[in-house]
Amino acid sequence: MMQLECPWCGLRDEPEFVCGGTTHIVRPALDASDQAWGEYLFFRDNPKGLHRERWRHSAGCGQWFNVERDTVSHEVVSVYGMSDPQP
Amino acid sequence: MGLAVIKRYSGWSLLRGALSKHTGWSPAWREASPKPRYDVLVVGGGGHGLATAYYLAKNHGIANVAVVERGWIGGGNTGRNTTVVRSNYLYPESARLYDFSLKLYEKLSQTLNFNIMLSQRGMITVAHSRHDLESMARWANAMRMNGVDAELLSREQVRARVPALNVSKGARFPVIGGFEQARAGTARHDAVAWGYARAASALGVDIIQNCEVQSFLCDHGKTVGVQTNQGPIRADRVGIAAAGHSSVLAKLAGFRLPVTSYGLQAMVSEPVKPLLDTVVLSPATGAYVSQSDKGELVIGAGLDLFPSYAQRGSFSVMQHTTAGILEMFPSFSRLPLLRQWAGIVDVVQDSSPIIGPTPIDRLYINCGWGTGGFKAIPVGGWIFAHVLATGKNHELAEPFQLDRFITGRLIDEAAASGISH
Repeated sequence: MMQLECPWCGLRDEPEFVCGGTTHIVRPALDASDQAWGEYLFFRDNPKGLHRERWRHSAGCGQWFNVERDTVSHEVVSVYGMSDPQP
Repeated sequence: MGLAVIKRYSGWSLLRGALSKHTGWSPAWREASPKPRYDVLVVGGGGHGLATAYYLAKNHGIANVAVVERGWIGGGNTGRNTTVVRSNYLYPESARLYDFSLKLYEKLSQTLNFNIMLSQRGMITVAHSRHDLESMARWANAMRMNGVDAELLSREQVRARVPALNVSKGARFPVIGGFEQARAGTARHDAVAWGYARAASALGVDIIQNCEVQSFLCDHGKTVGVQTNQGPIRADRVGIAAAGHSSVLAKLAGFRLPVTSYGLQAMVSEPVKPLLDTVVLSPATGAYVSQSDKGELVIGAGLDLFPSYAQRGSFSVMQHTTAGILEMFPSFSRLPLLRQWAGIVDVVQDSSPIIGPTPIDRLYINCGWGTGGFKAIPVGGWIFAHVLATGKNHELAEPFQLDRFITGRLIDEAAASGISH
């Protein structure tokens, strides 16, 4: 079973968490074009390999954090805070 | 005994095969090595890619076609699904699309001269609450308005159709009714890939296995072919039909898709005597089950809800699914599971497909079927062949274009897709 290191609660099983999808997506200005808005809402890199994503420890402390994870091996490379810069 | 090689399958050919001690059978399709140039090249040798090649040759007379497959044909999601075919969708656009597919399935064994073992045993979606029943009434009415068969069932009718189902008052998920699409059912998934491959190959299509696309060849912004591990292959038009790996190929070509790849799990039990002659789905427990001709119970689960390209599912999802199945069918509790696996599915926000041109000239895509690609193989091939042959979208494909994610004209089939997202 995949395990994630919650920065507050330590190493826990994956079913305690909820994945919030790709992180570091910047919301465009409200006067953005339809193209830019559509890309912001729906279009993703969806990489095969390293992916930076947000997770929430929903059955634990309830906190959000960022994870860098391999989408093939499911290996977690790093865990960092929501406002930390991209590693 | 010098009997001729058997080309067309029939009861008679089977008898002839038996008389010649089965020495007269030839391979079902030709192993091909790449030619330097094709009219159309299809990336992906799953059901959709093979069906596309077949309909290019059959419907459009374009037989100078190659299907390139990274692994072996039908080895991806085509061999990993739960073999269910149905057309119980909500919106008119989807109903037209999926019912066209089911109608092609109904004649496919004859069309391809290959027994795909279609069994229209019906699919029953069970209701566990009054609210379930109300939403099913809406769903069934929408289907009937769209000309698709659907019937609401009472608790007694469900009990009569599925005696093994726990419909007692004390059940944790009490069954108070349901609805059925009687024309739904199952088909042999491998046979669909093999049947299309054989029929396409007979019409002159080259099926090239172990051929991985490494990059797309471009000339002045136009796609002119692909670079593979077996060398460059040029083509006038290129189509991608790669399901969960669509984003990987799109990245090679230089564009993005509104797709996220997830693992979707399925599992089978040991074979037992016939006890379930329909497909039963419970949206509340997130599980569905049918029984194969071999006797195995084929159990479908929900998605692992994090991006993944690993073709294996989490234990927690397996546990959740089997718990749901055992609540519904307590008599299954002693059955060992024989196999468990996952396929990588291409999920889009509205659970509807994308079939048409990409931002790159001469490059087309068929993706986004998500958790429901198998049932759509015939229509996916039919309309993808149309756009690859003519450069124009088939009318069934018009609502399912990539630009709907910019215009906002989504066709949200999240409920009808049948899998929890």
